Amino acid sequence: MFVTVLFALLFYAATAIFLAGIGMRIARYARTPAPLKIPTTPAPTTRGGVVLRMVTEVVLFNSLFKANKWIWIFGIVFHVALALVLLRHLRYFLDPVPAWVVMIQPFGKYAAFAMVLGLAGLWARRVFVERIRYISSPSDHLMLALLLGIGLTGLAMTYLWHVDITAVKLFFTGLMRFDFNPLPAHPMLLLHLLLVAGLMIIFPFSKLLHAPGVFFSPTRNQVDNPREKRHLTNVKWMVRSEKPAASADQ
Amino acid sequence: MANFDTPELTESDTVEIPALKSGVMSHSKPFVSKEQFQEPLGFPGELVDNWKDVAVNKLGELLQTNRALQVFMDSCVKCGACTDKCHYFLGTSDPRNMPVARQDLLRSVYRRYFTLPGKYFPKLVGATDLTEDVLDQWYSYFHQCSECRRCSVYCPYGIDTAEITMATRDIMNAVGKGQKYSNEIIGKVFKIGNNLGLPQPALEDTLLGLEEDVKDDTGIDVRFPLDEKGAEVLVVTPSADFFAEPHIDGLIGYAKVFHAAGISWTLSSHASEAANFGLFIGSGENMKRIAMRIREAALDLGVKRIVFGECGHAWRVAYSYLNTLAGPFDFLDPRYPVPQHICEFTYDLIQRGVLTLDKSRNDHRRVTFHDSCNVARASRMGDMPGGQFIIPREIIKATCNHFYDMAPDTIGEGTFCCGGGGGLLTDDLMELRVKGALPRMNALKDVVDEHEVTHMAAICAICKSQFSKVLPYYGFQMDQIVSVHQLVSDALVLDAKQ
Repeated sequence: MFVTVLFALLFYAATAIFLAGIGMRIARYARTPAPLKIPTTPAPTTRGGVVLRMVTEVVLFNSLFKANKWIWIFGIVFHVALALVLLRHLRYFLDPVPAWVVMIQPFGKYAAFAMVLGLAGLWARRVFVERIRYISSPSDHLMLALLLGIGLTGLAMTYLWHVDITAVKLFFTGLMRFDFNPLPAHPMLLLHLLLVAGLMIIFPFSKLLHAPGVFFSPTRNQVDNPREKRHLTNVKWMVRSEKPAASADQ
Repeated sequence: MANFDTPELTESDTVEIPALKSGVMSHSKPFVSKEQFQEPLGFPGELVDNWKDVAVNKLGELLQTNRALQVFMDSCVKCGACTDKCHYFLGTSDPRNMPVARQDLLRSVYRRYFTLPGKYFPKLVGATDLTEDVLDQWYSYFHQCSECRRCSVYCPYGIDTAEITMATRDIMNAVGKGQKYSNEIIGKVFKIGNNLGLPQPALEDTLLGLEEDVKDDTGIDVRFPLDEKGAEVLVVTPSADFFAEPHIDGLIGYAKVFHAAGISWTLSSHASEAANFGLFIGSGENMKRIAMRIREAALDLGVKRIVFGECGHAWRVAYSYLNTLAGPFDFLDPRYPVPQHICEFTYDLIQRGVLTLDKSRNDHRRVTFHDSCNVARASRMGDMPGGQFIIPREIIKATCNHFYDMAPDTIGEGTFCCGGGGGLLTDDLMELRVKGALPRMNALKDVVDEHEVTHMAAICAICKSQFSKVLPYYGFQMDQIVSVHQLVSDALVLDAKQ
């Protein structure tokens, strides 16, 4: 019972920090003005074009593909696998389980291997490529360790030490109705959940902010039409120097 | 000035990534701006006593007024995609010239003062206190960035080091540690009207001299009008076009094009400069003040169109910011974009068959084209995607029989900076300029070896000045760099209709 309450509270806290943290960050990005047009060209000249560009960035990692094929391969394998694994986990939260979530189960199961592989590749580059080692700080390694730990503990439960997943599902669906059902005290499960909660808590304070950040990046999300449409914000320096500029020192 | 070795050119066209040599460029610093150059721009004359507080406050203010900076400070995952993309890193081997490492000089301070983990676990997340040592590193390494934005092309989040460099330079100016070259030049623009400090009478003399030169060469009266009210087109061009080589041949080219097209035009002594060094120091207020001169000149002269001459960052400011900073320009002829680039103007005339061009007059040249970074990655020409790459090349092909592009990953959106952009075109940074030119010099050598290229054409005043100085370090001749409109000038048949 102690473990159940502890993890229940942990997940309430982690969810609150995750949602509030990300929400506040997104609000800040949205509120901060972008005083000048700075798209990196060749950039789209229409809103639709920008959406298309953003999709190629977010789904295909287009710029990264141009930059470095190794980082791209490991990066995209990790992210796609993570997405599949996350979607697979919906079955622990939804009742009844939608047909498509059932359908992706086998893919999600094997995707965990791909996720671990992608992470291992990224970590290997961080350790063995001099340039990337130079720019890495301890938190960069810890983040990889955390994600790798989540992947490995998950794999361990799928293939080595099975857990009573029906009980796990009852625990989480219960949490959503503020109803505490017992969580199996399986060490691998507890470690897995602890790491997941940790990831949720550090998300809004870490480089994981690249996930919402990419959508707010002016070099990627601005329409390249400054000659057609006058871009204006009420940033102080724009408004303030309106008068002296005309005459003063000339 | 420090002694240095010019890097060796490599045999192939691939870009070689050097082994890291930590701190080898930490000595590279431009002269610090003195009080007389600081104050006209609204900056303190020397380092203020409470500079740490001022700097942190300024950073806070910039984070709240520039979404790009805020997002870029948070989003970097240290993936390493940018680490081999900067020409200064490739040329100097100093790891601080890797874009992410340069950004981290500011990001580590941001983390320390503006994020929770940086406040409580600075070592873990690479956060640092703002110290004199950090300020020194800012001064060195944020003056080893030409704001060329090559790294932003390859970053999965579009993080643009130029924005971070500009913000840090803005902070340094706010605490009284400005850079002399850029700030002195901005002062000259405010006082006299152009970067070179050419007063109106000198300008007039120069233009009269050019009229005589062209008359001697061609026997034709090509005009170089100044402050002519009622002209159709106001031409705003970098002041280097008035006397530097090879820039001046470009100016002669513009004049001949206007003459051939029969379109009246004028230069302005009030706005006798296209460059806007406010961009280089990241100062919106100064950028706006400089931009306003062009609006005033256009209104005063009653022109219908504004055309910009060959200048990379001036074109960026014109294309992307002029409307924002100095607009609206609703008093101009709505049939033309505001502003236009001289290449768009000339290309349009070529398309319509207005110009008679004899390509064989350039047969003694085998030409390649250097895409200037601000044109390539921060502006557009014409109404087609990638027009900024197509139009200058089409002009060259219309004026020369022999044109050869350099390797694909060194041109277009991936073009390598000349090494002198972003306010670094000063002799106190010669080592940096020479080493930073290495990737472009390698690409040039490649087409010289393969296609016997003799000339490299460019459409940027800084590129032209930089290459004139740097080409000889690599065994090329300084006159191998030419203006695109110099090629037009030489091919243009002015008396065709007689």
